[in-house]
Amino acid sequence: MTAEQVVFVLAAVVTLGSALGMVTTRSVFVGALWMIAVFGGVAALFILLGAGFLGIVQILVYIGAIAVLILFAIMLTPRVMGDPNAPRYNRQWPLVAVMASALASLLVALVLRTDWPLAQEGAPTITGFAVELGKGFMTTYILPFEVASVLLLVALIGAIVIAREE
Amino acid sequence: MEALDRIFIRIGEAFSTFLAQYLPAPVVTVIGMFLSAIIISTFAALTFMLLTWLERKFVGRMQDRIGPNRVGPFGLLQPIADAIKMFTKELITPAGAHKVVYNLAPILVVAPSLMIFAVIPFGRDMVAADLDVGVLYLIALSSATEVAILMAGWASRNKFSLLGAMRAVAQMLSYEVPLVLILLTLVLMAGSMRLTDLVAVQGVPFAFLQPVAFVIFIVAAAAELNRTPFDIPEAESELVAGYHTEYGGMKFGLFMMAEFIAAFGMAALVTTVFLGGWRPWLIPLPSWLWFLIKTYLVLFVFIWFRGTFPRLRIDQLQAFCWKFLVPVTLLNVIVTGVVVTFVPLVRNGEVVVRGIGGWATVTVVYFAVNVVFALVVAWLYRRPTLQAVQQIQVGQPAGRGLSREVQTA
Repeated sequence: MTAEQVVFVLAAVVTLGSALGMVTTRSVFVGALWMIAVFGGVAALFILLGAGFLGIVQILVYIGAIAVLILFAIMLTPRVMGDPNAPRYNRQWPLVAVMASALASLLVALVLRTDWPLAQEGAPTITGFAVELGKGFMTTYILPFEVASVLLLVALIGAIVIAREE
Repeated sequence: MEALDRIFIRIGEAFSTFLAQYLPAPVVTVIGMFLSAIIISTFAALTFMLLTWLERKFVGRMQDRIGPNRVGPFGLLQPIADAIKMFTKELITPAGAHKVVYNLAPILVVAPSLMIFAVIPFGRDMVAADLDVGVLYLIALSSATEVAILMAGWASRNKFSLLGAMRAVAQMLSYEVPLVLILLTLVLMAGSMRLTDLVAVQGVPFAFLQPVAFVIFIVAAAAELNRTPFDIPEAESELVAGYHTEYGGMKFGLFMMAEFIAAFGMAALVTTVFLGGWRPWLIPLPSWLWFLIKTYLVLFVFIWFRGTFPRLRIDQLQAFCWKFLVPVTLLNVIVTGVVVTFVPLVRNGEVVVRGIGGWATVTVVYFAVNVVFALVVAWLYRRPTLQAVQQIQVGQPAGRGLSREVQTA
């Protein structure tokens, strides 16, 4: 095995193991911590694939912002904090099981049907990835980019309006 | 001079040529990487020791005390005595704590602060990993610290810890916004997120081209580091010691270490992006020495803050960030964007400013724009500020009054 493969296996094991830990733990808070480990593993995979920019953005956005917000939300919800004997299932579990298996089979079907292209030996690596990404956002994909920005701004203002006192 | 400037690089090269006689090339590369990681971590640990001494000594002097003076000359060996004390203390895990998370948190809080050093250019060609997204990497690290702080606060099962962690993270999240916006301004000017490029562009330090951003950056950096006057997360009178209340011995030492190393890292970042990094100022000293001098100057300013300012209240802190720093830095991004369009520093990755005349023109233009910008901001904020000051004097929360004033204005 080359060094890259070793790192890949390590990152994949961390990602999958943490995902398992996340769904099997009883504490919501610990589950969120496992999820952070999953994000870290995915970031490592991005960096391994030569997309260092995406890897760092993954850490910045998912670990630094989304995961911290989730932890905050958990901490501000007294009922889910602390009780280690909280029930793991509620009455809706059959419905959830159906939905989850439907999603899982969809994903498996897609993975099996996709023809995964392999990079040839000595294929050119991605250089100036961040530059290309930035140019893409500002030229070809400017409309989706701006629409997403406006949507986020609306969500932000909406949250402030809902949360305001008076 | 030249030899002294490159002394560390020469030593490294000599060592790898020596190893290359006995070992295959890939092994030498891996050993080199490990060695530079070890050297940088050791440097960080030594910096931590020196900083604890410096901080106590300086603050002592500012408060008309002598500070540490018993162990060694000038109390210089005090950090070693402290370290021995910390190592020999019993490691206690509180009964109600979540053991794994409780013990993991101090490790996870130190790791990102050590990782800062990987991208900082300590001197000419002295950088461990010259990432093309260096600025982003530093921001990502500082936000990864927040998770570790939340872990520490939650796993301790102590109300003070939890409150301290929530305060710390809320503060760090808020003050990250102006920090990022200022870094964005500088990235706009340099046309690159690579820290070595940012140093290369600074024929004149960016502190002169962006004085407003420089001052705001120092303030926001102090808040991001939870340092006085923004040390609300560990306000002793309210919260015992904040998120590390339940930690003792070396586990507590690791939190201290993370704080001091992060302070050094932030000072190094200020040096790199605002003070021209390792570039010498007038006196030709080795580049790494200049870098250290500037970094310690910035650190001195942080310590000076601590010896001078009283602590803010939490509503003042958040109001100051969201109602003043964020709008101002956001406006600064726009203003700088316009200026960069007309007076560019960099075009297609090449510095286009030439000679003393060129740099003088650029400095005057940027400085003038910044002064006008500062005056406009001061004019815009004159009424809410006066209102807030009056309300503080009669003892009402500052945040409310400021928001109502902004709504009616």
